[in-house]
Amino acid sequence: MGKITLQHVNKSFGEVAVIPDINLQIEDGEFVVFVGPSGCGKSTLLRLIAGLEDVTAGRIDIDGTDATHLPPARRGLAMVFQSYALYPHMTVRKNIAFPLKMAGLSEEEQEKKVQHAARILNLSNYLDRRPGQLSGGQRQRVAIGRAIVREPAAFLFDEPLSNLDAALRVTMRQEITELHQSLKTTMIYVTHDQVEAMTMADKIVVLNAGNIEQVGSPLDLYHRPANLFVAGFIGSPRMNLIEGAEAARHQAATIGIRPEHLDITEGGPWQGTVGLTEHLGSDTFLKVTLDTGELLTVRANGEVALRHGDRVALAPQQGKIHRFGPDGKALA
Amino acid sequence: MSTQSSRLAARVMVAPSVVLLFIWMAVPLAMTLYYSFRLYRLLSPDRTGWVGFTNYLWFFNSPDFWLALWNTLALVGGVLIITVMLGILIALLIDQPVKGQGMLRILVIAPFFVMPPVAASIWENLFMHPQNGLLAAVARGFGAQPILFLEEYPLLSVIGIVSWEWLPFATLILLTSLQSLSSEQLEAAEMDGASALNRLRHIILPHMTRAITVVILIQTIFLLGIFGEIFTTTQGGPGSASTTLPYMIFKQAIAAKDIGRAAAGGIIAVILANIVAYFLMRGIGRHLDA
Ligand SMILES: Nc1ncnc2c1ncn2[C@@H]1O[C@H](COP(=O)(O)OP(=O)(O)OP(=O)(O)O)[C@@H](O)[C@H]1O
Ligand SMILES: [Mg+2]
Repeated sequence: MGKITLQHVNKSFGEVAVIPDINLQIEDGEFVVFVGPSGCGKSTLLRLIAGLEDVTAGRIDIDGTDATHLPPARRGLAMVFQSYALYPHMTVRKNIAFPLKMAGLSEEEQEKKVQHAARILNLSNYLDRRPGQLSGGQRQRVAIGRAIVREPAAFLFDEPLSNLDAALRVTMRQEITELHQSLKTTMIYVTHDQVEAMTMADKIVVLNAGNIEQVGSPLDLYHRPANLFVAGFIGSPRMNLIEGAEAARHQAATIGIRPEHLDITEGGPWQGTVGLTEHLGSDTFLKVTLDTGELLTVRANGEVALRHGDRVALAPQQGKIHRFGPDGKALA
Repeated sequence: MSTQSSRLAARVMVAPSVVLLFIWMAVPLAMTLYYSFRLYRLLSPDRTGWVGFTNYLWFFNSPDFWLALWNTLALVGGVLIITVMLGILIALLIDQPVKGQGMLRILVIAPFFVMPPVAASIWENLFMHPQNGLLAAVARGFGAQPILFLEEYPLLSVIGIVSWEWLPFATLILLTSLQSLSSEQLEAAEMDGASALNRLRHIILPHMTRAITVVILIQTIFLLGIFGEIFTTTQGGPGSASTTLPYMIFKQAIAAKDIGRAAAGGIIAVILANIVAYFLMRGIGRHLDA
């Protein structure tokens, strides 16, 4: 079981309120991703849940019982750190067995669970090595192994893949997702990589300066961003935001249109000049400067033959325009 | 720098310093070895002639020698145990965030800057003195007889004084090692359910083994030659109760003016140091490799 509830949680370091007031409910078995820009308080929030930091005010419930003042070891949570935090003087086997040893399990039971975890994580051949003799991906797996042998109520991951190269990140991303599907344990995952957030999450929590901007499924956030911050943060390349007269024509302070929702058609309402073009093979991203001055990013197919300086006309797809009021909130 | 000619050039360049270092080391050792087989007493006219192992045998036949050998090892061992254990404890304490941390650390390091004879005098006259000493006053305060430290427990007293001098060194090295331990490792251990004691045993101490090894090796080198503290306080006595090998050599060389015997003692000390070094390196030297 791993249902976690945060009520009016506040965290201040001295005078600075890093997290002013957070309310959040995490259901059992959910894969929740915290995203947000650097320094917005993701790690702090995770550490509050883990018990590595004390809350300044508020209440944290784990499985219905008040865990606000429980020490980390008694919360039944396991954490995977960004730096892996493996014990360098212990072999992989001893690293994975460490929480079991601390829990007082017998040698045979420890060995059985270590073997089981090693099989799941493809570590069986490395059990007698030390962390220093492993690759980054293998170390990451050892850290995960150390977490899963405890059979925790929930896993906490703090940017676990950020030290890995791009290819390995994709593999590990899939492995963690598969692990979640087979274990069905609650996972809370911190990242600032929105691809990880979109692909892995059941529920994304977008944080900004210690506040929750929006909570929802990945597609929810993509299709119905609650405010300008989420609109700009989710989606790559970023959503185009247009203010001024064009926005006013849609009865909004700002309108947003994603690069993939702009078509290049003769006679489109927005005329402009192509600037930079980025050819990714499958797609081409065009930077178009409108005659009214706005700079828009357009996603076109890979074969588009436009070049720097060409004239284009753009048409937003029907119903894909997001409207935001003067306070930045989305308008219905 | 790896063509053959450049390597040769490099060797030629460093050769003078290597030769100089070799002479620097080898000549005094060779001379000591030479004198240790000679009859060479400053107080008697006959100071010529080879005497074979007589000088060495004098040491081995002297009951004081075996006591001095034991005292030397006890001094080294005792100081090592005290400084390493207390050093770990103090390092753990002053690693905690407290007010005035910088000042506190300077205070802890301070004893190291007190010269050995001065430190020994301070201890002898201000702490251990049976009439004026602080410890005597404390004892009287509890209604007990003052302890005659230097008379009744001479070796232990010397161990205490030397430990006080070397504790800062051990603390400093152990503290830097402690500070290089990543806090995430400790946090991970805490989440893994390790109590404070288990964290010390399974995470902190293993992390500090290399620093502890360095402390032991460096201190052993210096402690084998401890002399000033004994000279200032007990003069090796009462009797020979606190005489160590260096002090015994000093007595032969300066008090008895027997250069031959002192040289033989010096060679024995060199051999002892090498035996100790051998066992130390076998025992804990492997911790020095990463
Ligand atoms: N121990 C601390 N003392 C004071 N301020 C802190 C402490 N830990 C974090 N902060 C501050 O809290 C804010 C949030 O930090 P946090 O580490 O949670 O950010 P983050 O969202 O995880 O960022 P990143 O993506 O870069 O890891 C930062 O402004 C940081 O400076
Ligand atoms: Mg962080």
